[in-house]
Amino acid sequence: MTHRSYVAWSLSLAALTFSANVLAVDITGAGATFPFPIYSKWADAYKSKTGVGMNYQSIGSGGGIKQIQSKTVDFGASDMPLKPEELEKSGLVQFPAIIGGIVPVVNLEGVAPGALKFTGPVLADIYLGKIKAWDDKAIAALNPSLKLPADPITVVRRSDGSGTTFNFTDYLSKVSPEWKEKVGSNTAVAWPEGVGGKGNEGVSSYVQRIKGSIGYVEYAYAKKNNMTYALIQNKEGQYPKPDNDTFQAAAAYADWKNAPGYYQIITNSPGKDSWPIAATSFILMHKTQDKPANAQEVLKFFDWSFRNGQKMAEELDYVPLPAALISQIESSWKTQIKDASGKPVWDF
Amino acid sequence: MSATASAATILTPADSAAMTRREPTPPEKREISARWQDVLFEKTTLFFALFVLALLAAIIGSLIYGAIPALQAFGPKFFVTNVWNPVTFQFGALAPIFGTLVTSAIALAIGIPVSFGIALFLTQMCPPILKRPLGTAVELLAAIPSIIYGMWGLFVFAPIFADTVQPALANTLGRIWLIGSLFQGAPSGIGMLAAGFILSIMVIPFIASVMRDVFEVVPPVLKESAYGIGCTTWEVVWNVVLPYTRVGVIGGIMLGLGRALGETMAVTFVIGNAYKISPSLFAAGNSIASALANEFNEAANPVHLSSLITLGLVLFILTFIVLACSRLLLAQLAKGEGKQT
Repeated sequence: MTHRSYVAWSLSLAALTFSANVLAVDITGAGATFPFPIYSKWADAYKSKTGVGMNYQSIGSGGGIKQIQSKTVDFGASDMPLKPEELEKSGLVQFPAIIGGIVPVVNLEGVAPGALKFTGPVLADIYLGKIKAWDDKAIAALNPSLKLPADPITVVRRSDGSGTTFNFTDYLSKVSPEWKEKVGSNTAVAWPEGVGGKGNEGVSSYVQRIKGSIGYVEYAYAKKNNMTYALIQNKEGQYPKPDNDTFQAAAAYADWKNAPGYYQIITNSPGKDSWPIAATSFILMHKTQDKPANAQEVLKFFDWSFRNGQKMAEELDYVPLPAALISQIESSWKTQIKDASGKPVWDF
Repeated sequence: MSATASAATILTPADSAAMTRREPTPPEKREISARWQDVLFEKTTLFFALFVLALLAAIIGSLIYGAIPALQAFGPKFFVTNVWNPVTFQFGALAPIFGTLVTSAIALAIGIPVSFGIALFLTQMCPPILKRPLGTAVELLAAIPSIIYGMWGLFVFAPIFADTVQPALANTLGRIWLIGSLFQGAPSGIGMLAAGFILSIMVIPFIASVMRDVFEVVPPVLKESAYGIGCTTWEVVWNVVLPYTRVGVIGGIMLGLGRALGETMAVTFVIGNAYKISPSLFAAGNSIASALANEFNEAANPVHLSSLITLGLVLFILTFIVLACSRLLLAQLAKGEGKQT
């Protein structure tokens, strides 16, 4: 092939790809890092099915909120739900898209995964630095059959702002008034104690490294690294095992119907089988759409993913939404997301 | 293209420039095109040089602009308070400034003597057969991306450090009065000292290769005269080589310090990321760069974001002060030189 014909070929190829791009509406989203692996997996599958691509940039929940407010993306994603009044102010709607679970992990010799038990207030006291050693009476009372060493407890937590921290500190605030007053909940807080690891991988490697440490990570990381997770007593006094069923139970028992704008943090959820620190990741969209075609593609994408993506989600240790919640979300699309003339964008 | 250019009667500078590459040009035409080339060359390089200045000014400008909300909220107190609460939006930069300075100081305290030794050996004593491989190895250390240092630091270095170096330090230096308080606490392998160690490994290649290069240019006649009057190698290095290469050596150290101050990923992995000021070097701390790396993504609140940008401005100013100090130091040394002769 001569040089000239090579150039001609590549030019015409480029022209072809360009025209293909013009035909299909690609959708864009940005935000939380926690759901990034599953969103991009769904996007791949959806693209090969329908030809519509979805570009998701995992720039963090804060960034996702900013991007959707300035309308540079078709949807934003956040691990932290916006309050109804904040949604109102920015003209946004939100809905949950995927569920995950957060588990406490420990580094204690001779303790099997799931053997150690905590209550919420005890966990809060450890993170407040009030319980300093593993043989503390409060821990021993919950674990009469375990022989715990007199070693000091090293608290490990996230150093970067994250949805995981938001849900964990939200749980501690719900179960411990002292935590709520002294520390509170956010994607990053002023930790009274401990060392900070960057990302789930940072926390899990610190915990594996430091003897007598305790940390919190997303369930997928604890599972992948075979870490010693601990059980937490839930609202009904039970000690469920952390797995897909108990995370989904937490989402199912949560009272979504009476939560305006789906403002619902599913930590400390009621229900016997509910894992106490489950978390949902949210999608944010504008109520009134300037580009209804794009919005429709976004909703089609999530509809397809909710119905066909459960298996993919479970492979990556995420938990798909319960069926009842999906139909509730989709009916809310009809009433909430409209184009400039007030016609619903979603009418299937 | 070239055919039309040579057929044209009037030549534009660009055309004639294109021609000079292909065929010999008559001398008088050559002169004109050469003059044009010079002017063009000068303006282009001037543009690039000014572009750097403009870029620098733009960065400073945007940092200051971004810092305004935090400075309005906290005032100068921001630089001297030790509080970092993203829930109540109270911020103060003392802990990260402290951590940045301490880790960089540790890095230099270890890095300078080691680099000096490396450069000395390579230039004065090394058998020629080892010179190339050793020199290349030092330079290769500089080419390793910092995230690799971070991962290595966390997964390989920290456990070894916790099991061997930290207990040894605690049992020896840790028992001495006053200095002992620097080496207290649980040996977890994570903290200011570990970060300083990793940083020292990262700055050694920079300092060592600059030192080696400047040691190489010392005129042999100077060294040989010193040897001739019976000096030992150490005396030659201390009294001849070092004074001759002072400027270069200090420049190399400043280059290393610059890297240590701004290093982000490697420090983030091993420093422990706690907004605390502790007398013990074993304790977790925080540095400016790692605070930025950790929190920039999720800082949604304007005051939080602005506080982080102010931290960036502080780092910028710190680096500037370091550069200015090295200039002053050099000027001082130059003055002393004049008096001695």
